[in-house]
Amino acid sequence: MLNAQRTQLGQLSAQSAWCTLPHQTCPRKTQQSRPQAWRSSLGLIQPRWQQAQCVLLTKASRPAAHRRELRLQTAAHSYDYDLIIIGCGVGGHGAALHAVECGLKVAVLEGHDVGGTCVNRGCVPSKALLAASGRVRDMKNAMHLKSLGIKVAGNVEFDRQSIADHANQLASSIKGNLARSLEALGVDMLVGAAKLAGPHSVKYGLPGRVDVGGEITGQDIMIATGSVPFVPPGIPIDGKTVFTSDHALKMDWLPKWIAIIGSGYIGLEFSDVYTALGSEVTFVEAMPDLMPGFDKEIARMAQRLLINPRSIDWHTNVFATKVIPGEPGVKPVIIELTDAKTKQVVDSLEVDACLVATGRAPYTQGLGLSAIGAAPDRRGFVPVNDYMQVLDEKNKVVPHVYCIGDANGKFMLAHAASAQGISAVENMCGRPHVLDHLSVPAAAFTHPEVSFVGHTEEAAREAAQKGGFADKLAVTKTSFKANSKALAEKEGEGLAKMMYRKDTGEILGVHIIGLHAADLIHEASNAMSTKQTVQDLKFSVHTHPTLSEVLDELIKTSHVDPPAQKRPEPKVLDPKLKDLQPLPA
Amino acid sequence: MDSLRLHSCGPALLPFRVPRAVPRPRTSITVTNAVKEIFMPALSSTMTEGKIVSWLKSPGDKISKGESVVVVESDKADMDVESFNDGILGSIVTEEGGTANVGEAIAFIAETEAELEEAKAKAGSNGAAPAPAPAAQAAVPAEAPQAAAAPAPAPAATATAPPPPAPSAPAPAAPPAAAPVKRSDGRVIATPYAKKLAQQLKVDLASLAGSGPAGRITASDVEAASNGAAGGNGAAPAAAPAASQVQQAAKPAGSAQPPQRAPPAPTAAPGSVPEGAPTTVSELKGRTEPFTSMQAAIAKNMIQSLKVPEFRVSYTITTGKLDALSKKLKPKGVTMTALLAKAAGTALAKHEVVNAACTPDGQGITYNDHINVAVAVSMPDGGLITPVLKDAHSTDIYQLSRSWSDLVKRSRVKQLKPDEYNSGTFTISNLGMFGADTFDAILQPGTGAILAVGGSKPTVTADDQGRICVLKQMTCNLTCDHRIMSGVAAAEFMQTFKAIIEDPDQLTF
Repeated sequence: MLNAQRTQLGQLSAQSAWCTLPHQTCPRKTQQSRPQAWRSSLGLIQPRWQQAQCVLLTKASRPAAHRRELRLQTAAHSYDYDLIIIGCGVGGHGAALHAVECGLKVAVLEGHDVGGTCVNRGCVPSKALLAASGRVRDMKNAMHLKSLGIKVAGNVEFDRQSIADHANQLASSIKGNLARSLEALGVDMLVGAAKLAGPHSVKYGLPGRVDVGGEITGQDIMIATGSVPFVPPGIPIDGKTVFTSDHALKMDWLPKWIAIIGSGYIGLEFSDVYTALGSEVTFVEAMPDLMPGFDKEIARMAQRLLINPRSIDWHTNVFATKVIPGEPGVKPVIIELTDAKTKQVVDSLEVDACLVATGRAPYTQGLGLSAIGAAPDRRGFVPVNDYMQVLDEKNKVVPHVYCIGDANGKFMLAHAASAQGISAVENMCGRPHVLDHLSVPAAAFTHPEVSFVGHTEEAAREAAQKGGFADKLAVTKTSFKANSKALAEKEGEGLAKMMYRKDTGEILGVHIIGLHAADLIHEASNAMSTKQTVQDLKFSVHTHPTLSEVLDELIKTSHVDPPAQKRPEPKVLDPKLKDLQPLPA
Repeated sequence: MDSLRLHSCGPALLPFRVPRAVPRPRTSITVTNAVKEIFMPALSSTMTEGKIVSWLKSPGDKISKGESVVVVESDKADMDVESFNDGILGSIVTEEGGTANVGEAIAFIAETEAELEEAKAKAGSNGAAPAPAPAAQAAVPAEAPQAAAAPAPAPAATATAPPPPAPSAPAPAAPPAAAPVKRSDGRVIATPYAKKLAQQLKVDLASLAGSGPAGRITASDVEAASNGAAGGNGAAPAAAPAASQVQQAAKPAGSAQPPQRAPPAPTAAPGSVPEGAPTTVSELKGRTEPFTSMQAAIAKNMIQSLKVPEFRVSYTITTGKLDALSKKLKPKGVTMTALLAKAAGTALAKHEVVNAACTPDGQGITYNDHINVAVAVSMPDGGLITPVLKDAHSTDIYQLSRSWSDLVKRSRVKQLKPDEYNSGTFTISNLGMFGADTFDAILQPGTGAILAVGGSKPTVTADDQGRICVLKQMTCNLTCDHRIMSGVAAAEFMQTFKAIIEDPDQLTF
């Protein structure tokens, strides 16, 4: 501990040099000066950086030895670990895996459930509910089945509890897998809620438990504490008739009529589950349109596919200002609706249950950010720069402390957290890296699914206007009706669109609604993250007939202005063909 | 996505032709044509009907020419459809999710605010729901021209139509045991599906008592009310769209007239089904199928024709020369239909009144600028369509024949544009090829006359000089609207027609 503090003091003098660099010099713009700058700034931590290099070199041949060596060297630095990760959700997990890959000694602190929100109370169990309810919907859709020549005799029945059990079992099995994967790599899994004690030191413990907890030190600390459901003021959660996604995923009962406050991803996915299982849904949305944030055209299609044909109605432009919980089967839940503009109470709903899906709030309370001179912002998010380094109240980098995932609020999705974690580890290891959030895809797993990456059309137009390439912005679209595989499934409802630059072929955004849209988006997101252009993709081959051809169609129907440069010499791959005359130009 | 501009709006397509330049100044009727229709466009070569994906405009919205108004789903893609006119969207006939045949009116556009009311009235909703159910509605203004008035042997009854899909209920709540109670505070609390169903079935939610918790109206309450089985409580029996509702219990005739905009019913309606009471399929014997939209349109037109005082004039015409000419020109692609249409057109040019029509309100005559001869064609599915040979008198016979073969080809695959089957001013129905001696055609609404052409066959007769001889002859029977023409006018026209047929060489000029 003493050692740690001394080191900390020793580093303070060099703090300014360290902290100004990453966020003031953009690595991409200063390609030439960067290595020099980094080298000098890394002077302080060079021993570890070198150690990481040498470990990487020897890793393949002597994995066990490298770990031993690592521990010895870490001990010489007087830190218990190279990296302490606070929170073991998908973000912390991804970061830990990458840190081990980079040769760091890692500890992960988890105060609740390994796997965090996504695995225990989010994406994973909800996928189980969606899978089961999706089948129910399919089987009940006699018209669709008939068109395929199938008839289901009798009623389609389901057992609510079994579906709920499936979700719970899935969550616990993924949770187990996650924990084992870290343990197998030698990551220390510590149980307890963490509190920052200093720039290199973390205390942890569990309330009411004296046998658990302690204090550990680390060279770097990563905050990955995630988020909890956000509940607007005036809404008392009773967990029975008024609840958040946390409770809804347990699916203790199926209300006949449920109001869902918020029509974003979470609300939309739950409406999919509830309507498939026979519940009726009323959306309460504060914005003028349902599904705010979606591309307008995609939202229109989603409205047509996911809302209009189902037992769903909605109130937009209203806040649920007051909710009075009810009692299942005895007393309805009363929801007072207040106009978003006039602030007048305009209506009240009487429903069986109310799901609050108004977004998520960062889980940063009790983290003790003040110990490192930082403070959460107004909404509780930990401020960070592009390198995921935590910023203090004066917007200066707090050395060696990073924050990733929902806790920093940059992009509140599990895979984004993981990507940020990997990016942060890269930065710790002296390889500056900035995650391009525009290339992070997202999806809603409704039936059919909705997915996107990059800008919406509206945002792309705005960006084009600002960037002065408004006349170069092009949009191409295709319908799932044009895809053989979708038609074979009789699932021709769907739309994919792509925003790109006609002059450079840069992809600005891709939005898909349709069968397996969530899986289809990755061709686009990967192309965007690797800066591939439309022209590059035109030569990619897609298996026929597959849904991937929806993307192929988008790419093929895009038109990039012909380049000014000359045609390249054709490459002859087969030596036997060398003697052939090149094609006439 | 492509934006198509495929509406054909305007007077030429209005099913009931409205007068434009009325040649006779003494006619004081002015019927505005400022209310335009938006038709279901043909977005692809194979499209026969289209589904409204979404209306981008709502009634009352201003629309400028070229602006996207509606998204239509074809068998291939969804397309934005642009308006062909400036104006105000008066009323929507086919709601979102509804289906309309190509050429059917899906909405009305008023040119000015003054005509807004008229546009609304056109949609046929008598102030109740602004958007009536498509099934009941579509037939009113738009389908009239599609069904030919010709009495060709349309085997309408044999046309098969899939049984109407039952309203698919996403598992509504089980009917609660509690007796329906109206809420004491007067509020109407209905579940989302109940609301949807009420709109579909035209049930007034305010009139219902809910059986759900705290007087909540559930889907089953609406269904019960719609089926007329709602117990007491003054629940108004709602008029269900006949095509989509198979009713369990037939309402006794004359009970609770639903607020429907039934056309003034002729007293001797065939089948003597009480007006307003939907046909109860289960009541009828044998195999009963609801009308397809085309059949419904034909039926509607036929009833409409009963309001017209018709008379008939019959002539026997010698066809020897016509047959010879036809034989001679056949290698050049000239068909008998084209010859007959050309002959009729030439005769019509000399008899303006036969090419005219009575106004829909029965207060005036519309003299048509064009002589457009419609010829009835039976469709493979038993329907009827009347492709139009435009300006038959002034188009040469070869062009006419080419147009005809193109029209027939496209009509069989239902690819005609509305203008190509509803702009006729005179109709010919020819059953000659079936060997009919003589028959009687029913007037197509919006026209003044229809000619029924029988088969031509060798007949023992006397020639000009009184010698007994065998001539090929056919009987042509003209059905006319007596409101606009006298028997003499009809006979004079037939004389001209007969003269042309018996000396047909002039047709080739």
